[in-house]
Amino acid sequence: MSRMLQNISWLEPWMLLLKGENVSAQLATIFKGLAIPMAGILAFLFIWQGAANSIDTSLGQFPGPVQVYEQSFNLVKEHKRERQKEVEFYERQDERNAKKLAKNPDAKIKVRPYTGKPTFFDQIVTSLITVMSGFLVASVIAIPVGIMIGLNSGLYSALNPLIQLFKPVSPLAWLPLVTMVVSALYVSKDPMFAKSFVTSLITVSLCCLWPTMINTAVGVSAITQDLQNVSKVLRLNFFTHVTKIVLPSSIPMMFTGLRLSLGIAWMVLIAAEMLAQNPGLGKFVWDEFQNGSSNSLGRIMVAVLVIGVIGFMLDRVMLMLQKKVSWDKSAVLR
Amino acid sequence: MAGDIHLFNRTASTTVNKGSNIMVKTHLEISDVSIEFPTPSGPFKALDGVDLKIKEGEFVSLIGHSGCGKSTVLNIVAGLYQATTGGVLLDGREVNTPGPERAVVFQNHSLLPWLSAYENVELAVKQVFKGKKSKAEIKEWIEHNLSLVHMDHAMHKRPDEISGGMKQRVGIARALAMEPKVLLMDEPFGALDALTRAHLQDSLMEIQNELNNTVIMITHDVDEAVLLSDRIVMMTNGPAATVGEILDIELARPRDRIALADDSQYNHYRHEVLRFLYEKQSKVEDIDQHRPKKVEAVEEEAPQKATA
Ligand SMILES: Nc1ncnc2c1ncn2[C@@H]1O[C@H](COP(=O)(O)OP(=O)(O)OP(=O)(O)O)[C@@H](O)[C@H]1O
Ligand SMILES: [Mg+2]
Repeated sequence: MSRMLQNISWLEPWMLLLKGENVSAQLATIFKGLAIPMAGILAFLFIWQGAANSIDTSLGQFPGPVQVYEQSFNLVKEHKRERQKEVEFYERQDERNAKKLAKNPDAKIKVRPYTGKPTFFDQIVTSLITVMSGFLVASVIAIPVGIMIGLNSGLYSALNPLIQLFKPVSPLAWLPLVTMVVSALYVSKDPMFAKSFVTSLITVSLCCLWPTMINTAVGVSAITQDLQNVSKVLRLNFFTHVTKIVLPSSIPMMFTGLRLSLGIAWMVLIAAEMLAQNPGLGKFVWDEFQNGSSNSLGRIMVAVLVIGVIGFMLDRVMLMLQKKVSWDKSAVLR
Repeated sequence: MAGDIHLFNRTASTTVNKGSNIMVKTHLEISDVSIEFPTPSGPFKALDGVDLKIKEGEFVSLIGHSGCGKSTVLNIVAGLYQATTGGVLLDGREVNTPGPERAVVFQNHSLLPWLSAYENVELAVKQVFKGKKSKAEIKEWIEHNLSLVHMDHAMHKRPDEISGGMKQRVGIARALAMEPKVLLMDEPFGALDALTRAHLQDSLMEIQNELNNTVIMITHDVDEAVLLSDRIVMMTNGPAATVGEILDIELARPRDRIALADDSQYNHYRHEVLRFLYEKQSKVEDIDQHRPKKVEAVEEEAPQKATA
């Protein structure tokens, strides 16, 4: 845990301050690291509120920070209410079943699952699971392919046109195709995953493959001639060459790619969920938009902020991971 | 002592390689090697008919002006480049692919930066001795080689945590640990300051005293060449460079740099090399452009080198 804390740079001056080291310098760092960003955020909130007051939409006034703040509480309340309902539902069901059994010990009892509307927080969880799965699938494909085309210039020449062709394709263009293909091919009586999940996952993967693949390839092909000569003189076999020389030296580039990919994955997922009505944050936004109550815009704004925060946190997680696996602990990562 | 046992083993194994009375037989033969590099403006002939025979246990220096093709010769022997015509014979067999029996010490150490000194040597040792030595023997062998170059105190540090001289030591330990038939060194001390270089030269002489490896070393440093070598091979300027002159250095070993400074024989050898480099093969165009003072400084003798 303390190691994790060390990775969070803004905590550092606070910890040093607590230790009483060089107090005035630490206060200055804190001021710089905290007060200035705070001022920026405050200014933004003011401008936002001001602008919001002067924008009238057909769904009422554009939400300012205050409305958004209120709506976020509403969303939490709704979530709690929904959970409460679920608990009550199961209690009632258990009670009924117990009574039945008391009358007739041989009676067949049914346990029905609760099918309530997914709340905002359920949608967040769904989106997170989908984005991580899609990203994992993409990485599992992109890293080995990137290594192969980085090592073999022939293979690179063969695949590069395809990569360049598919890289700029928007998720929205893939989605109809993916949906149809999944409907056609993914048929089973008792599917392990919902079709909507598979569709979102494949769309996300298709769009976030490329940065990881290209950056890994660039990292691999940039291994210095010296290290390649070492490998040749030692007659390292392919596997040892890859694990001892190729992977470690291409890790920085690989992570640059992975972070870009995860960012794209998150953006693509929200769009795909909106368009395909697949469960997740995108669907939440779309439903609110269709719903069109006076609170809708505020609730959408909450979703927008949450999407932003989650995107940021995903990137930080990748950064921590990079710090963990990177051999060069002195490298400045940001 | 464990180290002694290994030294004994090494001598034993080299004797087997040598056979009985063929001390003087050619160990490594560079035979009429020429190479052409394809360039956008047509093929570039870097080497033309390089011929060199090296005996077992001999220390040979390659010296010549920058860009004449010293590294190219070494890379051909290492198998990293292919000669266009001619070839390299090691113990009578042609070699044209890289392999650990021709270990290379690279100019800029070329250690894997993500592995500690120990792990860098380990990678090489495991590659050569896998299945031939037990785990404990491998560990001992790595540590022995690191202690040969006086790196036992910092063997678990990574390359970015040790000085340039120490990195070069580890590079040498890695090469020695492979028990190569030929040790190839491309300006191993070129990037180091004079003091560190002198230290490493002394270490290398010490090791050479014990192990008697066959070595080809590239150098730019005339003193280094005379101090370390049995023979100095002086190369003509490129393009189409070849062996110009060969100078046998018959100074008794062990050699001591301070004692040799006033030795007339030693100074004679130095003059021979300098004369070759700066009179017979002077690189007029280069020197006029970049370092106009260097020629005079060298001809007027070493002490004024610093002013150049
Ligand atoms: N891969 C290559 N392709 C084309 N030309 C090359 C290649 N390698 C070397 N050369 C050319 O061959 C010549 C000899 O190069 P080499 O590196 O062997 O010189 P060198 O004597 O080692 O020089 P230095 O002392 O500066 O290291 C140079 O003119 C160089 O430009
Ligand atoms: Mg060179």
